[in-house]
Amino acid sequence: MNIVVLVKQVPDSGADRNLRSDDNTVDRGSANNVINEMDEYAIEEALKIKEAHGGEVTILTMGPDRATESIRKALSMGPDAAVHVVDDALHGSCAVATSKVLAAALGQLNADLVLCGAESTDGRVQVLPHMLAERLGVAALTGARKLTVDGGTLTVERQTEEGYEVVTAATPAVVSVWDTINEPRYPSFKGIMAAKKKPVRTLALADLGVAASEVGLDGATSTVLEHSKRPPRSGGEKVTDEGSGGTQLVEFLATEKFV
Amino acid sequence: MSEVLVVVEATREFGVKKVTLEMLTLARELGTPSAVVLGGPGAAEALGATLGEYGAQKIYAAESEEIDGYLVAPKATVLAELVGRVQPAAVLLASAQEGKEIAARLAVKLDNGILTDVVGLAADGTATQVAFAGSTIVKSKVTRGLPLVTVRPNSVTPSPAPATPAVEPLTVTLTDADKLARVVERVAEQKGSRPELTEASVVVAGGRGVGNADNFTLVEEVADLLGGAVGASRAAVDSGYYPHQFQIGQTGKTVSPQLYIALGISGAIQHRAGMQTSKTIVAVNKDAEAPIFELADFGVVGDLFKVVPQITEEIRKRK
Repeated sequence: MNIVVLVKQVPDSGADRNLRSDDNTVDRGSANNVINEMDEYAIEEALKIKEAHGGEVTILTMGPDRATESIRKALSMGPDAAVHVVDDALHGSCAVATSKVLAAALGQLNADLVLCGAESTDGRVQVLPHMLAERLGVAALTGARKLTVDGGTLTVERQTEEGYEVVTAATPAVVSVWDTINEPRYPSFKGIMAAKKKPVRTLALADLGVAASEVGLDGATSTVLEHSKRPPRSGGEKVTDEGSGGTQLVEFLATEKFV
Repeated sequence: MSEVLVVVEATREFGVKKVTLEMLTLARELGTPSAVVLGGPGAAEALGATLGEYGAQKIYAAESEEIDGYLVAPKATVLAELVGRVQPAAVLLASAQEGKEIAARLAVKLDNGILTDVVGLAADGTATQVAFAGSTIVKSKVTRGLPLVTVRPNSVTPSPAPATPAVEPLTVTLTDADKLARVVERVAEQKGSRPELTEASVVVAGGRGVGNADNFTLVEEVADLLGGAVGASRAAVDSGYYPHQFQIGQTGKTVSPQLYIALGISGAIQHRAGMQTSKTIVAVNKDAEAPIFELADFGVVGDLFKVVPQITEEIRKRK
């Protein structure tokens, strides 16, 4: 099975994250940039499917030059190769344009299965898998907590607010996964060394037949007008329990009219 | 005034979800709200009264086995056809998994911008969003097409505005491309009659400090006394104390209730990402240095196995 895993480089969600003051895009320059955590689960799932059914796993990333670090990191887990869509014109692209570019790239990769994280930790927008499926005319099985491959049939358990749905589709398809699906492996030393030699092909907009005017800030379908930091919360009263902590807490709730 | 389409979010168990009422309330500021019901046969009739109570002037009802039988794509197709026909002033969907997914497909079909996690929407289409785990407030606008936004639950206080909506059935015409992802089975896992996590006005959450799955009854008891939902930190979920669908945080649900009670949760940044926009936060933790206390309006440093039983007892006493 030919599997493509979408990997996004994002600012570390464990640190302070900002939008830039000049063009309102995500400040990647001053951030510690890492693989979107959820994508590691997608990589793991791809590797497990390859181990069970054979095939090839390719990483697909759209991002600036520095995304190369994340691509090598992804490869060190075990995928075979990577494709990096990189073009200065892409800076500031909206989700709609991003899906156009990635769909064009996927069009060249002949994937039976496209795996990705259910959302990225920076935007948390969750729209890409269905946008890609819509553009490619393939099924989207999103929010999987379990994926079963049986020949050309994919079945997922999809978490919903009421429980879960069992959803099935034939390949080719896009499957997005939550972090409940598996436990991603750590790259081995051998994996890290091997990753340095794995092929990473770069594609520019011209290679994909997408015009620069369709992407980036100028081609975006939405715009950020302004942004500000929310004032940080300040801690309120803190008491140490000396036998009446629970009562004191309920008294606080009562003054706030919760009880 | 032009129509504003509100895509109805409902569950079999609870009927119309609160976020739908919030969207109808929001829609009234922008134009004339029309509710769009996308579901199986009979879906609209069950929901009509509530939708009318909150100001829906019209209900578009797309009802078909096929809408329920396939994932998301049929709903987007029906909605795209409707949007093309009525040219609404805006389209509002819930900022939850399915609402975002329908909106995603609609955006591609119409080549239209999309804004998610919207907490406010002005008449000129300017949306307020919260980003980066609630730390950044963003004002943004769709610049191509109509305002297509997904609204985050607990953003607006729903207010009734009784209307008698006319019901207009929609013809559902699907293509093969809409029927690629077939729903084989739906399994309910929701426990009891607690409110849905993202919609609850009170959330009581337990963390690693709860110690094991059985002890989560302590958390549940407080939640039930306050009519709240139960949540869990990632540490608690990873340790198998509570199911994943109740996980709050960067990789789980985002909640914004009136009251958030954190029990045995240290408040790692991953957890704070999912709850720090709560209106009032209280916490119980044995570690006085736990970061959760930086957010808490009221904190108790102590053993939750002593403090929580006292909380439940005191609430009972006051009832």
